[in-house]
Amino acid sequence: MQVCIKNIRVIDPSQNKDVIENIFIKDGNIVTAPLTNNSMKIINGKDKIAIPGLIDIHSHLREPGQESKETICSGTKSAASGGITTVFCMPNTEPVIDNAQLVEFIIFKAKTEGIINVFPIGCATKGSKGTLLADIGMLKQAGVVAISDDGLPINNSMIMRCVLEYTKMFDLPFISHSENTDLSKHGVMNEGINSTILGLRGIPKQAEEVMISRDIMLAQLTGSHLHVAHVSTAGAVDLIRNAKKQGINVTAETCPHYFTLTDDVVRLYDTNTKVNPPLRNKEDIEAIKYGLLDGTIDCICTDHAPHTKDEKNKEFDLAPFGIIGFETLLNLVLSELVYTGILSLTQAISKMTYNPAKIFNLKGRGSLIQGNVADITIIDPNYIYKFNEDNIISKSKNSPFIGKTFKGKVVMTIVSGRIVYHI
Amino acid sequence: MKNIICNGFLNSKDLLGLEYLQKEELQLILNLVNDFKNFFLVSNTKSSILSGKTLITLFYEPSTRTRISFELAAKKLSAEVLNITVNTSSVVKGESLIDTGKTLEAMKADFIVIRHYFSGAPNILARTLKTSIINAGDGFHEHPTQGLLDLYTIYESKKTFCNLKVLLVGDILHSRVAKSNIWALTKMGAQVAVVGPSTLIPASIQELGVKVYYDFDKALVDTDVINILRIQLERQQENFFPSVHEYVKLYQLTKKRLLKAKSDVLVMHPGPINRGIEISSEVADSTNTVINKQVTNGIAVRMAVLYLLNKRKL
Repeated sequence: MQVCIKNIRVIDPSQNKDVIENIFIKDGNIVTAPLTNNSMKIINGKDKIAIPGLIDIHSHLREPGQESKETICSGTKSAASGGITTVFCMPNTEPVIDNAQLVEFIIFKAKTEGIINVFPIGCATKGSKGTLLADIGMLKQAGVVAISDDGLPINNSMIMRCVLEYTKMFDLPFISHSENTDLSKHGVMNEGINSTILGLRGIPKQAEEVMISRDIMLAQLTGSHLHVAHVSTAGAVDLIRNAKKQGINVTAETCPHYFTLTDDVVRLYDTNTKVNPPLRNKEDIEAIKYGLLDGTIDCICTDHAPHTKDEKNKEFDLAPFGIIGFETLLNLVLSELVYTGILSLTQAISKMTYNPAKIFNLKGRGSLIQGNVADITIIDPNYIYKFNEDNIISKSKNSPFIGKTFKGKVVMTIVSGRIVYHI
Repeated sequence: MKNIICNGFLNSKDLLGLEYLQKEELQLILNLVNDFKNFFLVSNTKSSILSGKTLITLFYEPSTRTRISFELAAKKLSAEVLNITVNTSSVVKGESLIDTGKTLEAMKADFIVIRHYFSGAPNILARTLKTSIINAGDGFHEHPTQGLLDLYTIYESKKTFCNLKVLLVGDILHSRVAKSNIWALTKMGAQVAVVGPSTLIPASIQELGVKVYYDFDKALVDTDVINILRIQLERQQENFFPSVHEYVKLYQLTKKRLLKAKSDVLVMHPGPINRGIEISSEVADSTNTVINKQVTNGIAVRMAVLYLLNKRKL
């Protein structure tokens, strides 16, 4: 199968490329030479933008065990519609992914039912209980790309040290959900005037920062690769910036909601604003944007966390943490970072393609150079549309962005040369 | 009862909190309470204002005075009143709050008076149902009718809120009464201060226009109204204060401390009181103390609220 995308604006951060040209695909890979075969499929790229397929390094596909929220099938369809060609799925399923057989199950399911690349993340500790090391070596052999007990921090510093020490020899990054659970205990939103007014228990920013500080120190001690998940506070950005200056092996990600929404939106007890870490304040949003600009924060990911209507339609304290994110990732990056002039389109795309591929050693992905896998996302930058509940593809609808109008839309998603989504 | 003359309306079908009421709405309620109070105290008959209406109390937390106060207020206005206490309902069978609410709506409840241990539960019910929802206390959020009866009790005795110094004492963090008092009193122009252990003062409370003290004796100077909150003894287990003994030393309102406030100071307490803990027995029974007046006013305030919410339906 051969494809030619004609006259398209190609943005490829890895080559610092922004030109109008043709892209050729042969046997699922990107090639340079024009193809000769007549059976070539032509895609008109006029007024469109081609970027490397987005790589979302933080998501919850909920399979196995929580299929009423999402499945690998529904989740990858949702992701494809958001221009994502590769997702990492967190291991906090039921059961948690703490052994090789479960990793193989996910990879098998993704091959048979998924429509984009799915790379599992394995547990750091057995049962994600934070006490005994999981079989990280065998998880790696089965195909995990990183290690994490996401959702649950490893409270015991000695065990955290062991995890970092042990993952080092497999060249696996450890993704830290940094939360001091003593400080965040019973908390359901950011601590501050809004938690006071609402009478909801607050989570201070320090709950995140205390843990990031410890983890950075342990990364320094062990020389292991620490990847800090979903950075939400200005203080956390500073900690990571300083750690990088000292040459500590730390990378970081944030999610669109942490640079778009403050805890003011919780004011109506809308459970679709309940996320962990919680939505913070204006100064945190500003610091995160600056951290993205100066390279402190390497990646933008979704933390796509589907929950059913029934689970969310509850008292605020009882509703689970998390919101969906696949279908709004690119739009929020465009509207909050690119159109506002904070990042160039190339810089922004890099945080969702080239950087994650580099950090997590994804060979042949994250860039459009010759020989790479043809994972390509095509955007119509002038397409204006309203994000409605009815057009959400994910099984779950728990988004605080429903009703928002966006400019720019993914119109085609190509995985290994195959069109998996188009309008 | 004589005809109520009232041209005003409440803006919402629900009473969820005093944060959501305008100053004009607060004044509207205050102006009505006196007539209902006289009627309640003097008349042996019922008014027909709520005749044919159904009010259901849905209580997820124990309560005596608030529930009975609503029941008396509604019955005095001829409403049918049904009480649901959660440990005897299908909630123990796992029914969700919203499903419970929908069930009561299907039974044509006109008013649901809800008390819940989670903040925001009444808000969630109110946005799902057409029925009028009255918050009878939710978590650490608000207790609007308590706030209104406190407001009225102050108004009745002081006639104005201008330059009035009101001090809230004790566990502000876990107190929905404090929150409703702060919203109402600051809107009406009073100067509100809070005093209590620093562990029990919520984050950024100053942003609501409230002064914060930790020293009770300093806070009391020139105070016109002292509203003492109930201290929950289990908070000691959560390390909010080291011992009841120390709490009593630092924050009990005693006869001696009372002298620091103005001589005509009003002493209030939402009840039930812990005699000898947050308030000395002597002060509890003193002439400055209006705890029982608050209880009577509570019924009149709730009658006024029910009248106004019902008026929106006419």
